[in-house]
Amino acid sequence: MRTKTAILVALLAGLHLVLLLAGFFAPYDPATQNRDLPYAPPTRLHFKDSSGFHLRPFVYAWTSVPGGDQPDSYQEDHGHEYPIRFFVSGPSYKLMSLYETSAHLFGVAEPGKVLLLGTDAYGRDELSRVLFGGQISVAAGIAATFIALLAGSILGTVAGYYGRWIDESLMGVTELFLSLPWLYFLLGVRAFLPLHLSTLRTFFLLTGVIGLIGWARPARLVRGVVLSSRNRNYVLAARGFGGSDFYLLRRHILPEAFGLLLTQASLLVPRYIAAEVTLSFFGLGVNEPVPSWGNMLSTLQQYSVLVSYGWLLTPACALVVTSVIYSALADVFHSRLKSYST
Amino acid sequence: MKYLGRRLVRAVLLLIGVSALCFLFTEMAPGSFFDEMRLNPQISPETIAALRSHYGLDQPLLVRYGRWMKSALHADLGYSIAYNTPVAPLLWSRAKNTLLLTTTALLLTWIISVPLGVWAANRRGGLLDKTVSLASSFLVSVPELVIVVALLAIAVRWRILRVGGMMSADFESLSACAKLHDVILHLALPAFILVLSETAVIVRHVRASVLEVLGAPYVQAARGFGISRARLLFRHVLPVAANPAISLLGFSLAGLLSGSLLVEVVCGWPGLGPLILEATLSRDLYLVIGGIMFSALFMVGGNLVADVMLLAFDPRIRREAADAH
Repeated sequence: MRTKTAILVALLAGLHLVLLLAGFFAPYDPATQNRDLPYAPPTRLHFKDSSGFHLRPFVYAWTSVPGGDQPDSYQEDHGHEYPIRFFVSGPSYKLMSLYETSAHLFGVAEPGKVLLLGTDAYGRDELSRVLFGGQISVAAGIAATFIALLAGSILGTVAGYYGRWIDESLMGVTELFLSLPWLYFLLGVRAFLPLHLSTLRTFFLLTGVIGLIGWARPARLVRGVVLSSRNRNYVLAARGFGGSDFYLLRRHILPEAFGLLLTQASLLVPRYIAAEVTLSFFGLGVNEPVPSWGNMLSTLQQYSVLVSYGWLLTPACALVVTSVIYSALADVFHSRLKSYST
Repeated sequence: MKYLGRRLVRAVLLLIGVSALCFLFTEMAPGSFFDEMRLNPQISPETIAALRSHYGLDQPLLVRYGRWMKSALHADLGYSIAYNTPVAPLLWSRAKNTLLLTTTALLLTWIISVPLGVWAANRRGGLLDKTVSLASSFLVSVPELVIVVALLAIAVRWRILRVGGMMSADFESLSACAKLHDVILHLALPAFILVLSETAVIVRHVRASVLEVLGAPYVQAARGFGISRARLLFRHVLPVAANPAISLLGFSLAGLLSGSLLVEVVCGWPGLGPLILEATLSRDLYLVIGGIMFSALFMVGGNLVADVMLLAFDPRIRREAADAH
């Protein structure tokens, strides 16, 4: 159990670190287009050429097949080898939008291109886009979770602690929120808000909307915890000593909800990442050219693209990996919570 | 009967609450359907103002809500600006398809997941149980969008099922039997996607609720009396375990409707989903509100069905209902 938790947390930390330092791990800028390389397949890594085996992998450049009936059939140009170099300087970027640098983990000399996950319709490097898109999608999921849990725990605490009509009206409202299928609700709320905004404002809007819809369930759960611990003996004793409401809540009641909030957080983050991805997939979220996993996947709504260019499914794979790790962690937290309470 | 009446009143209150919530949100909305027009230099501001007042969008919130309520009572649910018709008939023509898809998926899900869950719980720790647990916990954690896209990719790639739309191009010329066949062929893929993602959820719950009852003291006592395992399971465990499973029916409907919206949009099924998405993109406010109301209506309806079933199956609920007055 312990080791499993440790492994999961380490995986999660690694994932977030890679996304946070996307600029370093990505060889190119996510918005740079290569109009001569639309839908280029992933570059193959080679170790052997005519002169024998090399320990350092190298790549060939893609050239489009002359006279090919499709504009996107490519072949390797064996005339020139581009060995892969590590810790090279490439296009400059701002690390965590703070520190301007041009260091990249790997790259090849120009005019060679290393496109490990191929390119999209505009010839943009898919790997770089997955990494930068992950930044936005995952950040949106985490921020929305934070909003939902904050609002949920404040309202749930108020309802559970003060009871009576406050409790009843708040729980009535949660019932309203829970009685709607979330995707319909999400689309509905999104419909009332402006469509085309700057990326930053879209981001805040999306997280706000997702968090606003999601507060009801955490609120109910927190209310339950507060309600059950409100009349415990130690709380009554502390009240007898003259503890204020705020003190009682902070010191004695809310710590009980901590495990619950942790479990909820690990459950909600992947769900809200998926919510952001779904909205952007529908064209209601983050707009081009800024990548997000959702708007990257939205090109797959054309069946011809979906079938022919399998490498464009990588954002979906990244989403699955993220969700599976988070859900496994949620399972661990949940079973821990259960074993504490019994 | 009184129990059901109370539930019905609650459902209606819920629907009214949802509509009020929707209107509150519209009040906060900064833009409107006419925003795009405003950018067009050929349309004068007076025209837009006239249109706004024609559709009553310049009225205060309460007046609009009152008018909408009146139109809802006439079964119109307001007026779609983009389609220039009352909302409800428009939605209903699409909702039929959504209902067809979701009820098919719901039935199949329950037909598959109840036996699977019961069996897995009965043979706890067996091969089947382990496979089911592993597969369902994986499927539950995979986002619905990914399942949809992946299965669609497989279906299109290997041309397994009909993809796109609900009918073939020559649908009108087919005989009645061939028509049915055609719709079923088109229904198969979206329904399969929904069943797959919903089964994963339901199986876990069915398994958990059967396991809980299997561990109850009275079952252990019955086992001590030497009652056969099959009789124990069917006579003593399942009726009790049915209660949480039936309550789940209402909840599962929410997931099913959300999933169905996604599947409809991606697979091109002509249900509510694409319509709502389009309305969202063109900011056709009353159509969006109508769509939300329809989905709420389905949810409430599903919950009522679950309540009736609970009343029929569970004597504890009957007694509770009788005691309440």
